[in-house]
Amino acid sequence: MVNPNIQGKKYPATVPYLVGREKIREFALAVKSSNPMNLDVFAAQAAGYDDVIAPPTFAVVIQERSLGTVLSDPEADIDFSRVVHGDQRFIHVRPIVAGDELTSVLEVSSVKSLGAHSMVTFETQIFDVEKQLVCTAISTLVVRGGE
Amino acid sequence: MTHINIAALEVGQVIGKTEFLLTRDSLVRYAGASGDFNSIHYRDDVAVSVGLPGVLAHGMLTMGVAVQVVVDWVGDAGRVIDYGVRFTKPVLVDATDGAVLIISGAIAEIDIEAKTARVDLTTVFNDTVVLGKAQVRVRL
Repeated sequence: MVNPNIQGKKYPATVPYLVGREKIREFALAVKSSNPMNLDVFAAQAAGYDDVIAPPTFAVVIQERSLGTVLSDPEADIDFSRVVHGDQRFIHVRPIVAGDELTSVLEVSSVKSLGAHSMVTFETQIFDVEKQLVCTAISTLVVRGGE
Repeated sequence: MTHINIAALEVGQVIGKTEFLLTRDSLVRYAGASGDFNSIHYRDDVAVSVGLPGVLAHGMLTMGVAVQVVVDWVGDAGRVIDYGVRFTKPVLVDATDGAVLIISGAIAEIDIEAKTARVDLTTVFNDTVVLGKAQVRVRL
């Protein structure tokens, strides 16, 4: 079982992640995007962006870094081999742009029991170098109980 | 501004429908691009050992692919301001044939004042809807 006392726990900011243009292109191709904003610098600039922008789910890469700190936290006691992704949401203030340097701060918003299983919801806030919020990623993991 | 005339939109209107083939190659590519190297997404033996019928697509890959129908409609990925899904059913990716996702989007809500619309996605694999509550809010 996940330790219910981690509800409300905040984890320290992750080290800055520098978003590369080729990383965005690589991710865009992986999710089968053909949107020029993800791939073509000139198209993105013509639309008013500084560089190519990331697909809407790219923020998961940043979220994973924060989640990693929770999964390795002995207090949380989360068995990663029993984790199933329950739901996921991204709320964007603005798209992530190549050249962004992003840090994330994670808070455990809730820990619920559902029979033998636990449902843990995390809220990760992603900030740019100016400390402006770029995206809030909300993720619920289902941790299956032991047999 | 987009090419879309918000005043002409109607709730229920289908904004697009598309098919994507996910192969094992797609999963390996997504693993590398996202950094999610959980081996249930590329190794049959590991998938079977944890009680799965076989290699599954990353839920986040299905989520990332499904939204493309909306991105193609608005023409700019940066106009997706809110996107959420529930992972309800697994997508089993056959080593030879892969898995075909059939994705469609329909207008669910229109906010003329805020210049936003909500599109609900239906993502079907093997006649089963695999993403629940798949809602995308776009700025028009």
